[in-house]
Amino acid sequence: MSDTFTLGDSTFSSRLIIGTGKYRSYDEMKAAHAASGAEMVTVAVNRVPLDGKTESFLDHLDPKMKILPNTAGCYDADHAIRTARLAREALDTPWIKLEVIGDQITLLPDNEQTLAAAKVLVGEGFIVLPYFTDDLIMAKKLLDAGCPAVMPLAAPIGSGMGVQNPSNLRIMREQLPDATIIVDAGVGVPSDAAIAMELGADAILMNTAIAESRDPAAMATAMKLAVQAGRLAYLSGRMPKRLYASASSPLEGAIK
Amino acid sequence: MISVVINGEAREVPEGVRLDHLLELFSLPAKRVAVEVNKTVVRKVDWPVIKVSDGDRIEVVHFVGGG
Repeated sequence: MSDTFTLGDSTFSSRLIIGTGKYRSYDEMKAAHAASGAEMVTVAVNRVPLDGKTESFLDHLDPKMKILPNTAGCYDADHAIRTARLAREALDTPWIKLEVIGDQITLLPDNEQTLAAAKVLVGEGFIVLPYFTDDLIMAKKLLDAGCPAVMPLAAPIGSGMGVQNPSNLRIMREQLPDATIIVDAGVGVPSDAAIAMELGADAILMNTAIAESRDPAAMATAMKLAVQAGRLAYLSGRMPKRLYASASSPLEGAIK
Repeated sequence: MISVVINGEAREVPEGVRLDHLLELFSLPAKRVAVEVNKTVVRKVDWPVIKVSDGDRIEVVHFVGGG
């Protein structure tokens, strides 16, 4: 069965996109990446230390993985735009996970600045994947601006709180049936990933839930399976919820 | 010598130094990095011709783990 999704000029078989942060070692990261089946990983743009102790982080990534640089740590559109341009220059890639943060405590997105940055970057030829708050109207604006997908959060970054906004994600799916929706941030355990996929997300982006687990490779496998299970469930169509019971066995013909 | 700020740190560098030599001065890698001078990206092909000026604010970035 072929159940792929497309972003820009790339088609993905795996609906799990994972991060590269917070791993205890490169070996753990590589094992988790391999186990996850992910075809795209996120990386952050950061100052090169001036102490000469530089190593190339990218050498630790499977060369088959598509690299998605992010604009983490940016608090306004201008910083995010500069970071995206630097990422494109360094990696020769038009792909960017656009992240403009509004506040250090919650790391919640600044949707207004995100939209402003998205418009500029799309105009410059970037493939912009914007992280934003789960707002349908903002999703429409980001899509209208030319983003090939939107990436609503399920809960704050690194919180592991799970899907806090199932109704908003469901509304976004129903109202934007043709949009590519990637749930980004908030997943803590595989059941969270399955829930997001059951709600109709096209893919999930996660980092901490795998990296901070005791056994990242095993958790990556669990996440892969959960994303697949949730996707299959969404495609299969769930039964209706009922307030009262509905017998599975025939009531007629039971002995008296 | 002239004063510049590289990655947020004040440094003295020889007058007339060009960007490619600046990276060498600080033993910075040239592969898969990007350089910005006063908030504008300088393409790698231009590093050998762009002279650093007194007061320039230079950012040299690479990639690290992130989500």
